[in-house]
Amino acid sequence: MTSKTLQKPLLAILLVLAIVFPMVAANDYYIYVMSLAYIMAIAAVGLNLILGYTGQLNLAHAGFMAIGAYTVGILTVDYGVPYWIAFVVAGIVSAVIGFFAGLLSLRLKGHFFSIFTLCVGFMIYLVIEKSDALTHGTVGIIDIPAPTGIGPIRFDNTWSQYYLVLFFLVVSLWLMSRIVHSLLGRAFVAIRNGEDLAETLGINLMRTKVLAFVLSTFYAGMAGALYAGFVRFIGPAMALESHTFDMIAFILVGGIGTLFGPLLGAILLTWLTQSLQFLQDFRMIVFGPLLILLVMFFPQGLIGYWRERQVRRAAASMQDRRLQRSVIGSQQEVSTNA
Amino acid sequence: MNIFFQQVLNGLTLGSVYALVALGLTLVYGILHIPNFAHGALYMVGAYAAFYLVGSLGANYWVAMAGAAIVVAALAVLSDRLIFHRLRNAPPLHDMIAAIGLLLFLEAGIQAIWGAEFHRLAPPYPQIVRLFDLVAPAQRLIIIAAAFGLMFVLHLFLTRTLTGSTIIAMAQNREGASLVGIDATKVSVLTFAISGALAAVAATLFAPINLIYPSMGHLVIMKAFVIIILGGMGSIPGAIVGGLVIGFAESFGAFYVSTNYKDIIAFALLVLILSFRPQGLFPSGARA
Repeated sequence: MTSKTLQKPLLAILLVLAIVFPMVAANDYYIYVMSLAYIMAIAAVGLNLILGYTGQLNLAHAGFMAIGAYTVGILTVDYGVPYWIAFVVAGIVSAVIGFFAGLLSLRLKGHFFSIFTLCVGFMIYLVIEKSDALTHGTVGIIDIPAPTGIGPIRFDNTWSQYYLVLFFLVVSLWLMSRIVHSLLGRAFVAIRNGEDLAETLGINLMRTKVLAFVLSTFYAGMAGALYAGFVRFIGPAMALESHTFDMIAFILVGGIGTLFGPLLGAILLTWLTQSLQFLQDFRMIVFGPLLILLVMFFPQGLIGYWRERQVRRAAASMQDRRLQRSVIGSQQEVSTNA
Repeated sequence: MNIFFQQVLNGLTLGSVYALVALGLTLVYGILHIPNFAHGALYMVGAYAAFYLVGSLGANYWVAMAGAAIVVAALAVLSDRLIFHRLRNAPPLHDMIAAIGLLLFLEAGIQAIWGAEFHRLAPPYPQIVRLFDLVAPAQRLIIIAAAFGLMFVLHLFLTRTLTGSTIIAMAQNREGASLVGIDATKVSVLTFAISGALAAVAATLFAPINLIYPSMGHLVIMKAFVIIILGGMGSIPGAIVGGLVIGFAESFGAFYVSTNYKDIIAFALLVLILSFRPQGLFPSGARA
């Protein structure tokens, strides 16, 4: 319980830091990079739901992010739909496609599911790349309008867009924390820990897994929609599996199956790649071995490690207390006997 | 008639290349029980090794193929010893992520050395073979002959030799194989070496009529996965039959449906088949 009471002030501090960040950042570029890290974090938080909590390695996640981004791109650029309407539609479209993809792919278990979703992701990429009429093909969509203002607030500079993205990040984290701490979230974890046992406990496997899948693709779609309005240029390459791998790296570094792991990983690794600017194209020379070393020696990630230590310490102190109590108890026994 | 024959030839060429890659993948799956996502990267490294041996060292095509096979076999064995062997008790998720890490590393490494641009391996046999009114590029015939020859040799090795049957035994039952005194380490080194060599040979065979670039393995490996899911994970005949099915589906699909979407055909086929048969076409070889 101590960790929970400790968490609230910590979260408040983190939020304040995030709000203050643009004011202390040296230039707009840093704010831009941070916003991008937040957007990737939203997508990674979604992936973590199906990967970390439900235990299914979905390799099509970047594809669903691309679906969200392309929905916004196509609707705003080609059909003149206002950004926010397109934004909502993007989430719905991703979730609907996610529903059907989930229905199909979740019939498969373990490896088969991963391989199948790898293929699904590649199909999304190929469809985007080849459907010139709808998606502008390899050229991509340029000049996507920035999010339109809401009331007096405008989103026409990096600052305001940073706060917009931050707002959605906070909402998505809050929502995720509600999901994983609910009974449904426990059903997800039960499936991760053992499908047979979960089924015996009365959890409808298929329905629960599809729900996790749809929720995670909804997150991907929203992240994609934000990305489209923020970067304002999208190409088919964003559906490629290498972006899913990026998100997996975020999740692993931060802590798989933890609420803040994906965010921590996204921020850390985004800044790492930024500081290794010359490595931009070759970041995978670092990321690849990093992934391997992480799963070999540090599979629980930073937050997982921290939490493990806390649990161990709590267990140790509990044992101490029990030991003390038993010592006191035996002393009392001795005294009554005497 | 001639056009139809061309499609058959294309299908056979594609199918035999896919089958070689899928064979390596399915063999490793039989031992490791993880999908080796890095297999496509091994295929790609094989193509670059051959390209380097022919282009920079002026090696003969077949020497280059053998060289590439040795290099990639060594790389595959190294990946097993350094990574997969150490992760054998970890959850399967970790193996898959480690394989992905290896894939990313190899791709980025090759790109750092040779750049992202396309390369071409000069065709060693640019002749056209004519038989009656049928025409066929010599390279395609070589691909088909070499691939089927290799598969036949592999089949003999696996079924007729003691060393080969240890691989089969291990894939069938790990504990049982250990009980009768089969050295698990030796078998897994051997399996990885074979799978790497097969990928390199497939890449070198295919390279003269294709392009060489860092992400060239993506499509091939995904199709190989489709093939081994269709053919049953770990099943050797399944990999060969599946390879040919996908090869033919692609060549005929490209011709009769659309060239633009030919790469989607394999995946569409997968989606279609798995929708009706989640256990694959030949579930006997599969381990769910």
